Amino acid sequence: MRTQLPLKKRLRREWDIHLMIIPGVLLLFVFSYLPMYGVVTAFQDYNLFKGFADSPWAGTKHFRMFFHSPDFWTIMRNTVVVSLLKLIFSFPAPIALALLLNEVGKAAFKRIIQTVSYLPHFLSWVIVGGFVISMLSVDNGSINILLMKLHLIDEPVNWLSESNYFWGILIASNVWKDIGFASIVYLAAISGIDPHLYESASIDGANRFRQMFSITVPSIMPVIVIFMILAVGNVMNAGFEDILILTNNGVNAIVRNVSDVIDTYVYRIGIQNQRFSYAAAVGLFKSAINVLLLIGANRLARRSGQSLW
Amino acid sequence: MTKLSSGEKVFQSIVYVALILLGIVTLYPFWNAIVISFNAGADTARGDITLWPRVFTLDNYKLVFEDGRLTHAFLISVLRVLVGTTLSVALTSMLAYGLSKPKILFFKPYMFYCIFTMFFSGGLIPSFVLNKELHLNNTFWVLVIPSLISVYNMIIFRTFFRELPDGLEESARMDGCTNIGTFVRIVIPVSGPVFATLALFTAVFHWNDWFTAAIYINKMNLLPISSILQQILNSNLATEMLATQTGGNASAIDAVGKIQTVTSKSLSMATMLVASMPIILIYPFLQKYFVKGVLVGSIKG
Repeated sequence: MRTQLPLKKRLRREWDIHLMIIPGVLLLFVFSYLPMYGVVTAFQDYNLFKGFADSPWAGTKHFRMFFHSPDFWTIMRNTVVVSLLKLIFSFPAPIALALLLNEVGKAAFKRIIQTVSYLPHFLSWVIVGGFVISMLSVDNGSINILLMKLHLIDEPVNWLSESNYFWGILIASNVWKDIGFASIVYLAAISGIDPHLYESASIDGANRFRQMFSITVPSIMPVIVIFMILAVGNVMNAGFEDILILTNNGVNAIVRNVSDVIDTYVYRIGIQNQRFSYAAAVGLFKSAINVLLLIGANRLARRSGQSLW
Repeated sequence: MTKLSSGEKVFQSIVYVALILLGIVTLYPFWNAIVISFNAGADTARGDITLWPRVFTLDNYKLVFEDGRLTHAFLISVLRVLVGTTLSVALTSMLAYGLSKPKILFFKPYMFYCIFTMFFSGGLIPSFVLNKELHLNNTFWVLVIPSLISVYNMIIFRTFFRELPDGLEESARMDGCTNIGTFVRIVIPVSGPVFATLALFTAVFHWNDWFTAAIYINKMNLLPISSILQQILNSNLATEMLATQTGGNASAIDAVGKIQTVTSKSLSMATMLVASMPIILIYPFLQKYFVKGVLVGSIKG
């Protein structure tokens, strides 16, 4: 260890380093820390004209109102169901893709599929939503054309205005957008597996299919577990942009009974209806559950030998 | 390669078929959108436009480029990307360089202060109220300032700076360079890849983001293209644009005497492709860098 220089000398040497750090620190203070303090609005009857400082206190009124509101159960159900569906379908899809890509011998083919499947990740949800709306529309929507040709339906279905189809559409568009990009991490994990393992397995008579489940999957399990923990910690973040885009920025009320999750509810009530304190309370309730879930998931993972921290 | 058994051959074929299907499913919506954007709108409404246009036309694109609002929104987006990316990369990299020196005074508090914001945030409503109280709403700057510092990008920058050889900076300091001088003259020139990666990521974020403008801006002349597109897709804006073009009737005959065939659907497809063009054009560069970016980010530890 180097001996510490006296403070004066240190400052003379490193003052301009602090000069580089301070703008960032100030920006984070204003745009991250002040909003954290801003959660006090949840305990106030916030009024835009009075501001944080002068709005009257309201205790836990807004929380009680939310728990007793008829929206509460619908929103909680939608949030949990959409998250679980994402966990069941959107989570394993990139793992499956990585496993499939790993079986491809021809490097050029592999590269083409990777290039194509990564692309949608970089498109805005607005564009992805545009594709979804166009594919599903009654007016020349390709899905309707295909199903009519196959005689599965007799006339075009207005997919986006039926509650029954909303979850399926939401999950499918999520998978479409991110399956490729999310597979990158798993492909990297697979490329780190010792090739000797495969050699000795094939000497033991395991075919490629068998090797996939006996070597590849167990070897990337640590990565899968870490991403699983993160996903469980995110259960309350069921979706936001994707849902807003598919429901016309939350305006489409036809499917609201299945599309409204906590985040879109906070947005609609808070920003569109200007009930700031009530919406802030709902948002704070969500953050609290998120923290508990993350801690819980990490405990579980630690028991199986993995941990985030 | 070792010889495959017949079972393995079947398995291989399934793998290839599945991947080809995935490729088709990914590309088809793009292709279909391109086809619809080049097909006369009135004809598209008759259906069955899938892989090839039936009545080829450039009218949809003409309307996109003739409508002043769309070209203006495109320019707002370009301006946002340029200003937002430059400032954000500059400030984030400065912060990261400072924090790549673990021996400085207050190093631990600084780090904790930054990392903490990754796990806790006030949420949508407090941020909204704050930006309103700061009078940022309905200004161009609301699109840029609140997202200037990305702690996630800071960590990627920092990881890169820490791996630079020590000698590099020491020799600069011997020559009497200040720390800022070392950063500008020595560190930035050798950090091309990480700057390129994070600048591309930031630019893509700014180009794609529609939500910030949707909540803070209600002046038409400040909306970026992504927000305009969001309104067009839900056809309220598209109908209005068609109406101004044709004097109130979507299928009226325009001044030149030709039948106006653009519909809200053909118009949205054309706008959508114009809006996604920049992303598709920079995608080859993105692809060159992002794998590295993702992996550095995920092993930040």
